[in-house]
Amino acid sequence: MSTPAIEVRGLRREFRASQGLFAPPRRVVAVDDVSFSVPAGSVLGVVGESGCGKTTLARMILGLLEPSGGEVLVDGKRLDGMDRRARARLIQPVFQDPFSSLNPRRRVRDIIAMPLVAQSNVATSEIDRRVAESLERVGLSTEQGTRFPSQLSGGQRQRVAIARALVLRPRIVVCDEPTSALDVSVQAQILNLLAELRRDLGLTYLFISHNLAVVEHVASEVAVMYLGRIVERRESEALFRDPRHPYTRALLDSVLTPEPGLGVPDVGLGDIMPDPANIPPGCRFHPRCPACFAPCATTAPRITSLEDGLVECHLAG
Amino acid sequence: MSALLEVDDLRVTFGGTAAVRGISLTVQKGETHCLVGESGCGKSVTSLAVMGLLAKGGKREAARLSFAGDDIRDYDEKQMSRLRGDRMAMIFQEPMTSLNPAYTVGSQMTEVLRRHRGTPRAQAVDRAVELLTRVGITAPGLRLGQFPHQLSGGLRQRVMIAMALMCEPELLIADEPTTALDVTVQAQILRLLAELQKDLGLGILLITHDLGIVARVADRVSVMYAGEVVESAPTAELFRAPRHPYTRGLLSCVPVPGKVKRDEPLGSIPGVVPRIPPGFTGCAFRDRCNFAEAACAGTIPRRNVGPAHEMLCILPEGAGA
Repeated sequence: MSTPAIEVRGLRREFRASQGLFAPPRRVVAVDDVSFSVPAGSVLGVVGESGCGKTTLARMILGLLEPSGGEVLVDGKRLDGMDRRARARLIQPVFQDPFSSLNPRRRVRDIIAMPLVAQSNVATSEIDRRVAESLERVGLSTEQGTRFPSQLSGGQRQRVAIARALVLRPRIVVCDEPTSALDVSVQAQILNLLAELRRDLGLTYLFISHNLAVVEHVASEVAVMYLGRIVERRESEALFRDPRHPYTRALLDSVLTPEPGLGVPDVGLGDIMPDPANIPPGCRFHPRCPACFAPCATTAPRITSLEDGLVECHLAG
Repeated sequence: MSALLEVDDLRVTFGGTAAVRGISLTVQKGETHCLVGESGCGKSVTSLAVMGLLAKGGKREAARLSFAGDDIRDYDEKQMSRLRGDRMAMIFQEPMTSLNPAYTVGSQMTEVLRRHRGTPRAQAVDRAVELLTRVGITAPGLRLGQFPHQLSGGLRQRVMIAMALMCEPELLIADEPTTALDVTVQAQILRLLAELQKDLGLGILLITHDLGIVARVADRVSVMYAGEVVESAPTAELFRAPRHPYTRGLLSCVPVPGKVKRDEPLGSIPGVVPRIPPGFTGCAFRDRCNFAEAACAGTIPRRNVGPAHEMLCILPEGAGA
């Protein structure tokens, strides 16, 4: 069996949140014992509400944040202790906001060249060639390469961010809400571009989004996160057809499809909001769960393996 | 009976830029009218113009702008501010920027009533508690003493809605009220708005970029592009038979759960929203339109293409479908 592109074992990250001058800091567990692997060439979608830990997870996989426990293997190699430049050749990010993730004082081609320059062993002629190639790949003209980010639209800026991510020819790209700041018509262009790049270059994506319809469109497998845990991980098609965890079901029910006459669904989650600093005992979803029963409040559910994935819920066990 | 809000040929310019170029719409009592479009199409400016809240340098003109039968075009700031927050209320996208961080929820909520109605503090507090409960906030007494930063995004938006309802408005203008929220919370907030509308007979002008929201809550939809309404129809009609190429393009861009095919490209609209120079004529969408022809550079008539269905396009029926 080939090496998975990303493998995560028992990954955990805690933060200490200050509560003021005299109060002791609160312990916030943002990612709690998460394990999974992403086969090369596939797309793992990660969904969940804000504060569920999806961005923390992405930052650890990118090596931008030290885990509190567990380990990350990228292309079979341990991430800690790996040289930054070697890591950059393997895995690259595309962030949500193309307005803040691009240096406003540099020209587009210099922004794209930056990862190559940072490698410090690439000849100038080679850099120029690779930047031109990258620009073309994402559908930007040479002329647009000479502009500043402020002279580009949101969609064009996101293309710049993608070109920068691709210039080192990485095998893995972590996309953290890559289309959330864009208009729908532009979102469609960017999603189509990402799909085309994956096919042409054989890339692996970790694709984080709060938009389930977008994830369904791009992901081969989907992980649903809730308060730091992956509560369900299934093949995409199976998850959307037959969600097993009540939280997944609630998320799917909340999606407002453009179908008139259906009204706004009652998701049945109540109004308790998840708080990562105050994780409930037992199943962490039980205070909001419409299907909560006796053991949920006291006993944490075990992971149940399914034919096409896994789910962490007493109802499935 | 006249409509709650009537806007006819509204135009807004900022210096040489035309942001809104002749918009007409009405909101009836108990009706939700959605203005949908992409960023920069002028939908927010339209709502600000209606409320008399345009930024400095913004100039408003209209053939008609009336609220509950009264012409409000020539209202001065004092008359408008008497109307705003009272009979005409607003909710904005990011509740954190529209709530004052230095005041408690309670003092901001009661101020509305005390200012518009001269209600004594104790009574205003009672009303605030009642409304917070109404919008589904548990422990409203506790929330009144808290500052906005102590609340979650969903709670803040509920507070904004409760605050907007303090004086029992007739018209609610909601500008992307759920865009900053999680989908689960979004569904709750939209349900709440629908319920309140039913109970109070509110007219709602809802501004959004999200066609999913439009489909689920609107009675009537106006699609905006580059400062104009390019198509307007009852919701079911618009989604069943979209006519304008822009509306059709927009609908094809939205991935629909359960109906998408992986690895099949989504529809998309090439190009970007153009800047509209002064004196521009013709269809603003023509550079991105697959059906554009020479006549599109001329004057485009607004025409009826179905029951209460209007569009701004010369494309004949059945073409390009």
